[in-house]
Amino acid sequence: MNDEKNKDGNSRRRFLKLGLIAGAGTVATGAILATGKSLAVESGDKVKVLTTSGEMMEVDKNFLTLPPVDRKDSHQGIPGRKFVMVIDLAKCKNARACVESCQKGHNLPHGEEFMKVYLLQDSLKSAPYWFPKPCYHCDNPQCVSVCPVGATFKRSDGIVLIDNERCIGCKFCMTGCPYSTRIFAWKHEDVYDSPQSYSPEKGVPGVEGTVSKCDFCPDMAREGKLPYCASACPMGTILFGDIDEDVVTNGVDTYKFSELIRDRAGYQYLENLGTRPNVYYLPPVDRQFPVERGYESLDPEIKARYDNTPFVKKLKDKEKKS
Amino acid sequence: MSQTQTDELLKEFAPQLEHTGLKGKIWIGFLIFMVCMGLFALYWQVSRGHIVTGMRDNVVWGVYIVNFIFFMGISYAGALISGTLHLFHAEWRKPVIRMAEFITVISLLIGPLYIMLCIGRLDRLPNLILFGRIQSPITWDVIAISTDIIGCFIFLYLAILRDLSKLRDYEALKVPAWQKKLYKMLALGYTGTPEQQIRLKRATDIMAGMVIAIAIIVYSVLAWIFSVTLQPGWHSTIFGPYFVIAAVYSGTGVLILAMFIFRKVYHLEKHITQKHFVNVGVIMLVLAAFFGYFTFSEYLTKWYGSEKNDEILIKILFKDYYFFFIFSNYVGVLLPLIVVGFKKLRTINNITITAVVVIIALWMNRYLIVVPTLESPYLPIQDARAAWLHYSPTWVEMVLTAGGVASFCLFFTIASKLIPIVQVAELKEEPKESGDIYLR
Repeated sequence: MNDEKNKDGNSRRRFLKLGLIAGAGTVATGAILATGKSLAVESGDKVKVLTTSGEMMEVDKNFLTLPPVDRKDSHQGIPGRKFVMVIDLAKCKNARACVESCQKGHNLPHGEEFMKVYLLQDSLKSAPYWFPKPCYHCDNPQCVSVCPVGATFKRSDGIVLIDNERCIGCKFCMTGCPYSTRIFAWKHEDVYDSPQSYSPEKGVPGVEGTVSKCDFCPDMAREGKLPYCASACPMGTILFGDIDEDVVTNGVDTYKFSELIRDRAGYQYLENLGTRPNVYYLPPVDRQFPVERGYESLDPEIKARYDNTPFVKKLKDKEKKS
Repeated sequence: MSQTQTDELLKEFAPQLEHTGLKGKIWIGFLIFMVCMGLFALYWQVSRGHIVTGMRDNVVWGVYIVNFIFFMGISYAGALISGTLHLFHAEWRKPVIRMAEFITVISLLIGPLYIMLCIGRLDRLPNLILFGRIQSPITWDVIAISTDIIGCFIFLYLAILRDLSKLRDYEALKVPAWQKKLYKMLALGYTGTPEQQIRLKRATDIMAGMVIAIAIIVYSVLAWIFSVTLQPGWHSTIFGPYFVIAAVYSGTGVLILAMFIFRKVYHLEKHITQKHFVNVGVIMLVLAAFFGYFTFSEYLTKWYGSEKNDEILIKILFKDYYFFFIFSNYVGVLLPLIVVGFKKLRTINNITITAVVVIIALWMNRYLIVVPTLESPYLPIQDARAAWLHYSPTWVEMVLTAGGVASFCLFFTIASKLIPIVQVAELKEEPKESGDIYLR
């Protein structure tokens, strides 16, 4: 694990390996150019860039990044894509880097999390493990079925998004989701005042009285980048990719999705509910860290979350005795 | 003969419409005060956001939804009870049928307000129509409830039409001119010609059947909002009929309470007798048995089969909600069986006390359906914030609940000031034409 030391080299490698997702960005750019919508406005600030043929060139600053996709276009998926996530439970040590970078990336107020890390234990005698839980972007999404106004929708690339300019805040989707994925904006937060223009693909800025959730970061995918959680994880726990291309990556290692799922006995959480999730888990076998490691280093505030779990109760009993 | 009887009744009930005593004025003032408190709480919630309620990310629906189901439930009093009694030609219904119809329409107006209190963005309510999706049970609910409100209004209107014409024709009635004008306008020129009578009878018969059907649909749709989801306590096939039975059951409870109060306040001892209490009480008894049966079968299968999450839910019900569970599902079922079941216990007071217990028990029953399920999702709630773990209503929710009950009482009081609380026109119209299909 030399990635923390060698950040620059790593990001270059990551860039190269992510060519597969960058393809999506190119296609999207093409689509945007073809429809003539969402074009960035020239800012006047020129930036010097080096082209692939080795020439220096001046480009307007605003043309370097893709403009956010507008509300209407965000209802269509990125053409030719079907996103999938694989979470390797054997690697997770609850470092919470995924949670924090997601919160930062989505401008979420304190206490609101799209990615949650649970401490699960399937039965009393089985071993506890850390369980990062994003939205599963189900292929049979209950949340989408029950929405009375079509504010939450399923796209061709498999992503389930929320249009928080249409959402009426009835919270039916929250009771519909069996995975407790969705969160509600119970009050106005200062971060909602952000001046940036809203796109369901970014989910930012939030709106009081509406529902939000993990969005699989389609705006990042358009730029050829991994979701915040996947790129932030120091252990490479979270792999993201395309199920049709049969490839997933954490930026360092790239796997054939089907082989990974076959060899590591990948499964979907509570798939018996018929929701057909697009997030797969690799069971916590041959773990790299004992589960305690993820608990001891936590802030007291976060630590208290796990007070009711059998694992922590046992731990506290031991402490009392000694 | 019937003409003079009606006039006598009119004379008897005229003072109700003509004066409001000091006590009545204090009562109305108190109700208006409570409604204003509710409006203040509403302002508080809208201006500060839903954070002022006890609802959080896991328990996203609280007492508002409980109240919504509750008020929709008591609206059954008119729909099923008066509709059924009408179709069965039960003659004893006459003094109580008007109250039942009032309960229906008024609670139907208040119930949906509570679902609005649950909505985060009231300003976007038009989206329900603009972007409505027929696949969503909420859209089914919007369609069903609005149909129900219209249907029940028509049913009530048909029932009061003849009284309105009587009030219009009653010269001695000392009410303000606007009120007389109102009666004249609303009576639609009904004079009781044979043709009008037949038409009215036909329309009432159709509407009586319609409101029964619509009411069953509305309450089933309401139940499906819960049972179409995958949540452990909600995903049940019997929720539709279970909710329907629970609704009629609470409707009879409220009807008995209304009978008791109006009998005392308007001195209706002559019209509403023990017989009426026993008759409605017997309906309540039958419904209690049904309700107990459904409840038992719902929880028995959950407990016996005991899937992991059902087991957790049952544990919560018997641990955190022990009192609620015992009161709503044991006391609320057994008390009517005992009190109405034994002849000696069937006094007006006993039946009324039982009715009050039933009303409270059924409110609790809805609470037990909504809240504990949301507190025990598939993924265990892991949160350090107490409010996220356990739901408890805040003052805003309590004041708004009280405000809803107060507005129910207020509307009921006002309605009883405009239209006699007991039907004054004869129940049985005598068709004057021979060969009429309704001639019995």
